[in-house]
Amino acid sequence: MGIIALCFLTCSYVTSFAVAAEVNVYTARELQLVSPAFDAFTAATGIKVNTIYIKDGLEERIKAEGQNSPADVILLVDAAKLITAKEMGLTQPVSASSLEKAVPSILRDPAGNWFAVTQRSRVVYASRDRVAQSAITYEELADPKWKGRVCIRSGQHPYNISLFAAVLAHMGADKATEWLKGLKANLARKPSGGDRDVAKDILTGICDVGIANTYYVGIMRNSPDPDQKAWGDAVKTLDTSFAGAGTHVNISGAAVAKNAPNREAAIQLIEFLTAEQAQNMLATLNFEYPVRSGIDANATIGLFGPIKADPLSLSEIASYRKRASEIVDEIGFDQ
Amino acid sequence: MTSRSSRLKVDTPLSGGSGRFSGHILGLKAGVWFAGLLVAAPLLSLVLIAMTGNPSVLGYTLLVTLPMTARDTLGLLVGVTVVATILGLSTAWIVSLFDFPGRRILSVALAMPLAVPTYLVAYVYVALLDAINPGFSLSAHWFGAEWFPTGLASFARSLPGAALIMGFVLFPYIYLPVQSAITRQGANLKDAARLLGATPYRVFTTIILPLSRPAFALGLTLVLLETLNDIGASDYLGVQTFTVSIYTTWLNRGSLPGAAQLAMGLMSFIGILLFLEHRARGDRRFAYQRQTRPVSRRQLRGWGAIGAVTICLIPVTIGFLLPISFLIIQSVKRFEQALSADVLAGQLASTLAFSGIATASVVILSLIVLVTLRFFGSLDISLAGKLATFGYAVPGTVLAIGLLGPLAGFDNMIANLFRELTHQRIGLLLMGSGAALVIAYTIRFMTIGIGALGAGYAKAPKSLDDAARVLGRSPGAVFSEIHWPLLKPAIAIASLLVFIDAIKELPATLLLRPLNIETLATYVYSEASRGTFENGAVSALFIVLAGTIPAIISVRLFDQRPIKGF
Repeated sequence: MGIIALCFLTCSYVTSFAVAAEVNVYTARELQLVSPAFDAFTAATGIKVNTIYIKDGLEERIKAEGQNSPADVILLVDAAKLITAKEMGLTQPVSASSLEKAVPSILRDPAGNWFAVTQRSRVVYASRDRVAQSAITYEELADPKWKGRVCIRSGQHPYNISLFAAVLAHMGADKATEWLKGLKANLARKPSGGDRDVAKDILTGICDVGIANTYYVGIMRNSPDPDQKAWGDAVKTLDTSFAGAGTHVNISGAAVAKNAPNREAAIQLIEFLTAEQAQNMLATLNFEYPVRSGIDANATIGLFGPIKADPLSLSEIASYRKRASEIVDEIGFDQ
Repeated sequence: MTSRSSRLKVDTPLSGGSGRFSGHILGLKAGVWFAGLLVAAPLLSLVLIAMTGNPSVLGYTLLVTLPMTARDTLGLLVGVTVVATILGLSTAWIVSLFDFPGRRILSVALAMPLAVPTYLVAYVYVALLDAINPGFSLSAHWFGAEWFPTGLASFARSLPGAALIMGFVLFPYIYLPVQSAITRQGANLKDAARLLGATPYRVFTTIILPLSRPAFALGLTLVLLETLNDIGASDYLGVQTFTVSIYTTWLNRGSLPGAAQLAMGLMSFIGILLFLEHRARGDRRFAYQRQTRPVSRRQLRGWGAIGAVTICLIPVTIGFLLPISFLIIQSVKRFEQALSADVLAGQLASTLAFSGIATASVVILSLIVLVTLRFFGSLDISLAGKLATFGYAVPGTVLAIGLLGPLAGFDNMIANLFRELTHQRIGLLLMGSGAALVIAYTIRFMTIGIGALGAGYAKAPKSLDDAARVLGRSPGAVFSEIHWPLLKPAIAIASLLVFIDAIKELPATLLLRPLNIETLATYVYSEASRGTFENGAVSALFIVLAGTIPAIISVRLFDQRPIKGF
């Protein structure tokens, strides 16, 4: 009886929504960065995109909404968040050959629960005037030669936690703690502000180098605001990597929600986001790296060169996040 | 029950449940319980979430995180308290007891900093001080780095800087109720004291301040809770408060139960503080009757007037004029890429609609709670009433997370029932319509509603009720003929505070709004969050303006002379 009722409910559920020409997106990415791609999607398919931007708590909301949740597509920043969303049972596996072709296997869930849409690298900014070198290792940032010369935002910011988790994965707990203490000892100011403040503080002379995501340089240099342009122009991005490995890269990605009322449209949208047009748009809008190979002629690569991602897997890095966050507190990094 | 016995023991119910009022009484009591349970729902849901947690998270936090955050948290609380108290009391005193050129405008302008959200003012001051900073860097270049090692911008991003910045926007929480209280105290006691040779300072410390204590306590409580629950400004300014740790536990260590445990701990701490204040206040009553004439303001001239204007102008400038000028300049700079008028109008409309409905709902529920307590207060009712004031004690996001369960649970129940009956999907009723948002605001801001109305109500002496009852008036008539006229200014101030807070509210709005709905605050946040907060300057300006206009109206409203006859 229960099974019949359930089947009945599911059937009416599917039939009543199969015809709806809309798709609901829950995004932790700011709409300013993704809306143009959604507009292009609507223009191409006629499917209306409804959106809600939620930074923290997006996963909890979808979980609470449960089987009646209107969420179709979930957009999240940070591989760790996508992995957690899958573990929380918020996503569903999708197998679409177009997606598998567009997104390299290291940038998607093996079971098809999520797919990366863009990549960004976290690198070292340096003063154009006061720093001569053009490459650096993350390890080097703990070197006393940088004493009083390094800026960074809060150690507990997700971007830094992800980087520190990668450090932990590379070096092990003891060496990573030493490295973090060394970095802390080199700071020119208390960790605060955002990534753009790193460039600003390099311009004003508070520090000579700092850790930040590459795309901010693109945004600042192309800003109509002369102040921001000056911040962007004051810094260069160093070719940053782990000794003997690559640059720390993270992703933003998309998943189809477990109870998506418009599953087909959801898959269509993710396919669109990883196709050529949207990949170019996303890269141009926010100076991030595309995930699709073969998209070379974009502003991002022009600015920062091709991506040289660390071979460490995103899921391995994610598994070190909790410990990384604890070490940040234990050594009083933000104090 | 006779009025005689109720005179002896003020809190005893006046009429019991007799006669034709019993229906109303039941309704009112149900209203209080509704308010109490509304607030209890998310708290209970938080307790349940906390209980699923691994105790090791709590242990870790107590051993590692708490000692680390204690210094910044207490430092910030003390700093903000000092700044806000000095600014709030001094301006309230000057504006209510002295007359000087520009007094009326300043008395309104002093409320304005409330319209500027703390997270916004944090961004503005870092940007402003940075703008001055290159000059300092240059001097550092010439005179050696040790002279200005980190510049002014780094001062903003420090504990004292954060305390100053937050104090300058939060002080009106103290200024407003205290100023209103002093104005309504009437002149008799002050005149008597002055006649007996007391200095204005002595009058202030021995008469005005003690009589304004409930108003001051309310204001300070709001300041402390705002500070404690702030995440945007503290995080940006690099101050490691306990609330920042709650977020860290949740987002970086993947432990929502752990975060809920910490939030419960924070709430207990706040609960103890409130309880201690209440006990210290004890049985004292703050009612005063026979205001035969309104307070007379002493005319200031010359240096006195200049001093008064200066003291009032400093907080107005730092807390309001400078930030708003910055926003205006940024808006003009970005005029060409600014939002289209209809997008902005949409943000404004949803902001005003949610805030307006929530304000009405807070004021009505607060009135029900207070009226019921006044006339028919019994233990269970005062308990439910207390419960209703707890929403503000929880950080916004944590409260919103706690609300998700009950709201979505209700929505799913309705949706499933509806589908069972009609085979149609109706979606989520509360979450999908914005009702969830109004409920969240109501829960969060009932503290302010009950506090501000209660402070006003405390000034209507119980003996008036008794006299009216002896003369045969029903509780309804006592309310409409005596309480209502006395309460009107308190309602204005409560509505103002709630409305402005609702316009600024961010975390619950972000988490609980329906699809395709953007408020001014969520838009500003999304720009700030991707590191381009200046692009949101136009919307930010509208947040401030939307808060400024009702502030002007309200201040004008309760700046009027006290009601004749009392």
